[in-house]
Amino acid sequence: MYRSLAEAIADAKARGVTLSELAIATEADDQGRDAADIRAALMRALVVMRDAVSQGLKGDLRSQSGLVGGDAEKLVSGPAGPLAGTPFRDILARALAVQEVNAAMGVIVAAPTAGGAGVLPAVLTGLAAARNIPDERVVDALATAGLIGAVVADRASLSGAEGGCQAETGAAAGMAAGAATEMLGGSPDQVGHAVALAQQGTLGLVCDPLGGLVELPCVFRNATGAAIALAAIEMAMAGITFAIPADEVIDTMGEIGREMDVRYRETAGGGLAATPTGRRLAKERLVQIKKH
Amino acid sequence: MVSILDIIGPVMVGPSSSHTAGACRIGLLARCLVGGTPEKAHVELHGSFARTGEGHGTDKAIVAGLMGFRPDDDRIRTALDIAAREGLDYEFEKTTISDDAHPNTTRITVERGSRTAVMVGSSLGAGRILITEIDGYPVEISGSYHTIVLVAEDVPGSIARIAALLAEAHLNIATLKLTRKKRGGDAFMVIEIDEKPDEAIRDRIRALPWVRWAFRLDKVAA
Repeated sequence: MYRSLAEAIADAKARGVTLSELAIATEADDQGRDAADIRAALMRALVVMRDAVSQGLKGDLRSQSGLVGGDAEKLVSGPAGPLAGTPFRDILARALAVQEVNAAMGVIVAAPTAGGAGVLPAVLTGLAAARNIPDERVVDALATAGLIGAVVADRASLSGAEGGCQAETGAAAGMAAGAATEMLGGSPDQVGHAVALAQQGTLGLVCDPLGGLVELPCVFRNATGAAIALAAIEMAMAGITFAIPADEVIDTMGEIGREMDVRYRETAGGGLAATPTGRRLAKERLVQIKKH
Repeated sequence: MVSILDIIGPVMVGPSSSHTAGACRIGLLARCLVGGTPEKAHVELHGSFARTGEGHGTDKAIVAGLMGFRPDDDRIRTALDIAAREGLDYEFEKTTISDDAHPNTTRITVERGSRTAVMVGSSLGAGRILITEIDGYPVEISGSYHTIVLVAEDVPGSIARIAALLAEAHLNIATLKLTRKKRGGDAFMVIEIDEKPDEAIRDRIRALPWVRWAFRLDKVAA
């Protein structure tokens, strides 16, 4: 797979193909698999993503510790805010939904990880629903997201324990922004700007889950990650460019991750996990789980 | 080489690719060492597995793996109840396996019939795992291939004989690693294979007079 988004964009332009076509052709070549086989695997992932969204939107889920759950449904039937009736609100609900399913030990697609699994399905299935986009094009978008994620894995990291939340929900936002920009008709260059715009908005984001559990703030980080992705998509589609190329923004994420103190890398030693309330809640809830 | 299907995947039961999906995969491999669901399992949890394992369902995921459930099987959630019903007698112990062990490490001792085996494995993140020890022998098994592990007397020509057996069965070797504790001592062989070997191959390897034991481990990761 590609190790540079700039290189992938240049190749896509030179061959006159989309990044998703390039991603699937490259994957077929790398892994010795048929393109149809790869698309079928991505389609299976899309089905699981949709199932997780609908399960989470019902609102009857509680996480292992009871710390999170039931909030996705509030964006469906709760009082209106400034985004009421927009795809934006629906996408926030979907991001919470998938992550609430994850925290309740439901089935999700780790894309790129379980902790960041809400962003990509929320943005892609939410926009597809709003714009009547057929599944085939959503599958294309998943391939593009995979290419972007592969570049991030190679140049930086996709692990909160290594790089903080910027490497999980941040990377997911970059993947979702790039993939959706292509799905909505953006050019390969616009995809690059969308990735850079999303990833720059999450630089420095720490991984600080209460009690070390993939629950709080993870569920909400997925919603805010989706919001950042939407902002990036909107800007890139409007023709806004980001002066620092996506590869360099991703490299920066990796550099910040390597410098990040271990307290901020999934150890529950710092950030929200180490606040007085964070510590108290984690202690209470871990006792709850033991009794369970 | 990174695959886009590793990025958009795996499909798994949450909440954590390392503490849940990876833990399940380690259980799946431990099960292979006794050729099926063990009757007894002693599971030692080290580091972050010990500290946050319960909240991540690490206990459920390992027991689920021991029963042959894969990481996307939603029976993981109720695996402890299922184990109690099906007669898998498990116990967990929080311990320090070694100071330099990976933070997400477990040592699993399994018993089934007359067979007992001990495996040490770590969950490296994103669902990737590494088995580092089997019955006291240091190994490196990722579960990304079908694998045959065997202990044999250190005799000349052993590799050639086994390679020939695999070739006859049209099995292609991806990697082969030989370790021994001392010269002339038992040799430990780990062979990763592209295709799935059947039971017959393992039996033919076992039938070789200088092979002490051989196991077939499933491919449990992409």
